[in-house]
Amino acid sequence: MSEEPRSPAIVVWAIIVLAIAAVVGLRMGFGDGMGRAYAERVEMRATVTSAASPGSERFVEWVEWRSVPPVEFTRAVRDNPAQERVQLSIAHTAGLWIAALLTLAIFSFLYRDNPAYRLAEAIVIGVSAAYWGVIGVWDSLVPKLCGALAHGWTAAHILPNLPSPTVQSQIGMSIALALGVLLLLRLVPAVGGVSVWAMAFIVGITAGAKIVSHVESDLLAQAVATMQPLVQPADGGLWTGATLWASLPNVLVVIGVLCCLTYFFFSVEHKGVIGGASRIGILYLMITFGAAFGFTVMGRVALLSQRVEFLLDDWLWLIDPLERRLLDGVSMIVGTGGVW
Amino acid sequence: MMRIVALAIASIAGLVMLLSPFFPRLESVGAQSSEIFNVIAAIAFILGAGSLVKVNVSRVSRRDAGWGYAFVTLLCFVVTLVIGLGKIGVPPNPQFAATPWAGEKDAAGSAFAWIYEFVLTPITSTMFALLAFYVASAAFRAFRAKNREAMLLLGTAFIVLLGRTFAGVWLTDGLPDWASGLRLENLSMFIMQVFNTAGNRAIIIGIALGVTATSLRILLGIDRSWMGASGGSS
Repeated sequence: MSEEPRSPAIVVWAIIVLAIAAVVGLRMGFGDGMGRAYAERVEMRATVTSAASPGSERFVEWVEWRSVPPVEFTRAVRDNPAQERVQLSIAHTAGLWIAALLTLAIFSFLYRDNPAYRLAEAIVIGVSAAYWGVIGVWDSLVPKLCGALAHGWTAAHILPNLPSPTVQSQIGMSIALALGVLLLLRLVPAVGGVSVWAMAFIVGITAGAKIVSHVESDLLAQAVATMQPLVQPADGGLWTGATLWASLPNVLVVIGVLCCLTYFFFSVEHKGVIGGASRIGILYLMITFGAAFGFTVMGRVALLSQRVEFLLDDWLWLIDPLERRLLDGVSMIVGTGGVW
Repeated sequence: MMRIVALAIASIAGLVMLLSPFFPRLESVGAQSSEIFNVIAAIAFILGAGSLVKVNVSRVSRRDAGWGYAFVTLLCFVVTLVIGLGKIGVPPNPQFAATPWAGEKDAAGSAFAWIYEFVLTPITSTMFALLAFYVASAAFRAFRAKNREAMLLLGTAFIVLLGRTFAGVWLTDGLPDWASGLRLENLSMFIMQVFNTAGNRAIIIGIALGVTATSLRILLGIDRSWMGASGGSS
């Protein structure tokens, strides 16, 4: 009986996983190791003055652990082998490994869709939704809504330097709360129709604000920026090559803007002079799209190189372009104990 | 009736924003409206979060295909929310050490900052980095220099890409001074400053005109598509 041929996908995955495991195993077993993060202990102390009894002061003390490069650990151990100021950070080390594994999980999509990629995708959906929710609560709801409608409580527990609200802001935030409740009524089918009033406010405000901002900062600003002198006199006179060369950019920009706008203008048939102008406009736009494409590729490649650098430098410790692990040109990281 | 009230709210709110730069008395009202908008947007998050939870809970409870991923999404959502709202691991604010919740939510050392640094940032930036491969792959398959416009687009992309790399600078480094304008880095800069500026400027002006026209249609009640099926467009 002949054996079933193995799926090529399984073989490829096995090779990828084994290759990564081999690199990680080699790095962990030999040399300085890999994927460790260090933190420096910083003693913090603040003076607290009681509002009830001015003059009486007490101190609040706590410890903060600040992330430092591994070379700081090497330096601290060299100076004092029994030191406890710089230590291995378990939280940051775990974070480093999680970040590296998530990076590899996303990169694995380059071969094909797989459970590791889908897991990372599920994580980012959950985390990012909650992340922006938390930002909204602490940056908008608490300082603005709670700060206006429950100022005493907010100032006492969260934002001591919160200024007292004006009557206008209290009215405004009451309206915001009412509209917010209307919006949430969308979850109740029987009365969900009224949520359109909150939606109307959002749409109206956005439309009004967009008109002002786009006319001011886009339409007018760009038109003004285009209105530059077409002739830029250079040394040696008006009718010289230098003047022509200096004037060329402004002339080309004005011609380009007018021709591109002509191409966007569909109320007139594009033939004759209009057709010629719109043809030049198309050429300008093609150059613009080419430049935008080149820039996009450059940006993505820069991002890619950052991720690869993270894997090779921060995680695997294979490269050290910023010399974060070398002391006097020598890598001397030692020690094991850690702090959370 | 409900639609008329909604149209009135949209028009009045929009007109206040539109007129506030011109009338000093309306300026504070305009600013206040923006604050109200931000708060409603934050409250709208509850709606979005509710939808996310509802969809994923139903996938998990029905044991749909991939329900495990839905469970991971839910778990990550709840954990991040609890950590962020609870300010877990946030050190005290040195200025207001007596106030228990005065510390910054994303202060160094907090669990929320840890999630941002070691979970959110690596995944999102790697996802964007993946686009480098897909853009290159799509360009290879789709771009063909079969006419003048396509050649212009490809040529420009090539010059801009090369002009900003060491290889590009090295390639045309030998050109004499009188032809320095043809060095790839200078050519790239000239394209960006002249042709790209002109094209982008026209596009931005076009967008501004389009946004203004669309916004006016909404404020005047001509475009009612934002109201959904009940709204319609007149």
